[in-house]
Amino acid sequence: MDARLNEFTVPQFTAVAAPPPPGEAVVSLRDFTRRFGENTIISGLDLEIGAGEFVVLLGRSGSGKTTLLRTLAGLDPVEGQDVTVPSSRAVVFQDARLLPWKKVWRNVALGLKGADSRDAAQDALQEVGLGHRLEAWPLTLSGGEAQRVALARALVREPQLLLLDEPFAALDALTRLRMHELVLSLWRRHRPAVMMVTHDVDEAIALADRVILLDGGRIVAQERITAARGAERAGIAAPLRQRLLSALGGVVEERPADVVALHAGARP
Amino acid sequence: MSGLTQLTKSLGRTVGGARWLSPLVLLAVLEAGSRAGLIPERTLAAPSKVLATLWSMIVSGELADNLWVSSLRIIAGLVIGVSVGVVLALVAGLSRQGEVAVDPIMQIKRTIPTLALTPLFIVWFGIGETPKIALIAFASIFPVYLNLYSGIRGVDLRLLEGARSLGLSRAAQVWHVILPGALPSLLVGLRYSLSISVLVLVVAEQINASAGLGYLINNARDFMRTDIILVCLMIYAGLGLAADGLVRAIERRALVWRPELVPA
Repeated sequence: MDARLNEFTVPQFTAVAAPPPPGEAVVSLRDFTRRFGENTIISGLDLEIGAGEFVVLLGRSGSGKTTLLRTLAGLDPVEGQDVTVPSSRAVVFQDARLLPWKKVWRNVALGLKGADSRDAAQDALQEVGLGHRLEAWPLTLSGGEAQRVALARALVREPQLLLLDEPFAALDALTRLRMHELVLSLWRRHRPAVMMVTHDVDEAIALADRVILLDGGRIVAQERITAARGAERAGIAAPLRQRLLSALGGVVEERPADVVALHAGARP
Repeated sequence: MSGLTQLTKSLGRTVGGARWLSPLVLLAVLEAGSRAGLIPERTLAAPSKVLATLWSMIVSGELADNLWVSSLRIIAGLVIGVSVGVVLALVAGLSRQGEVAVDPIMQIKRTIPTLALTPLFIVWFGIGETPKIALIAFASIFPVYLNLYSGIRGVDLRLLEGARSLGLSRAAQVWHVILPGALPSLLVGLRYSLSISVLVLVVAEQINASAGLGYLINNARDFMRTDIILVCLMIYAGLGLAADGLVRAIERRALVWRPELVPA
């Protein structure tokens, strides 16, 4: 079994030409443009995300990926553009952004209505393996624990769209792998559409149904990965990784310094 | 033998590092000076005399009565001043128009030393309780206002954005994020207000008081009773300490989430 690989350059790419997303689209952007003063961050971007689809947005620093995520999260105004996002959505940021003056379960239950919000928070925390830290103060949590609480806080709302903004970038390698497992199992159980922003190519390959490469505010390539996650996917990872990196502008084997530059956000 | 040297050493360390030692020595010197007649009583009463006076004033109820009168003035003034300060800080901190309307006036107010208003307040409010309470209230507005206002403006924007991304309304954001985030600053302001209120009390009670700590001091001055004056100074110091302890107690309860207060 091999991955079905489609590579698009900007002029060729249209929503029609893209492989049809599984299920109905929950996110839809048409010709979306975002400017800050003179700077155009995102220009003429078309994007659809299907219900339950796991999309990873890959790009170097300054490529517009966080701006795109903030738009989908409703944190930035869209000013009458053609943007459709579900009303139930939740964000997990790189820093967990827990309110330090609320106990863990109250952070998870923040904004929930009804008398059973504590039970809902407890269930969500048990799902992320933190059922025993309900009454803890956020500042006593480790980085990984805080990020798991943030995941529970997002999932307790049963969002149709889950947005992850480099959620594991600040974690150590081992914790990051565990978090990948956790995110996948939560995603399988709750089936939200996921859009995750990262600059880690391996993370993208391990998690995504579809990888979108963003550069200069445009989608420069997309890869749909149909291979099952885990061992099967590991077999096709090397060429895929190579292709993604070269699309990002770094030639890996000959000039390894560019990979470093890529992660530092510099253009080769 | 070595045990003895060790004991002397550790004793030396305890005494040498003790911060209570020098005040005690000072008291002992004062006491000795008074007994030897070097310090006349009309200059400074002996520490033992001050303690005896304190005791007799406690027993007679004179101290409690006057302390109560003074405390009521502080409490009334603080309740008014802190409430006004909190309301103004919320108005200025939470809305741009509020800031434009309130902040310039507060900055002007800040440049006027409160105690300089005493003559004006006497003209307005007479010489009863009102000018005393008004002075304390007026003085305690600003520390609360300034600290709470900057606390609100200094709330972590990332936390606010996180709450917004969860769909919290503006009111819910204020209640769950902004106000708890500004609480430590409010408590700092409260601590300043409390100590300023004691300071203003001292001056305010010089206005024709017929009861209160200031009245006791004025009377004692007329009769050159330095012992009573010293007792009142001790009480003022005690009021300051109690005010500080009160805010600390509030902080311990309200800020249990802070890392230095959270047991590991």
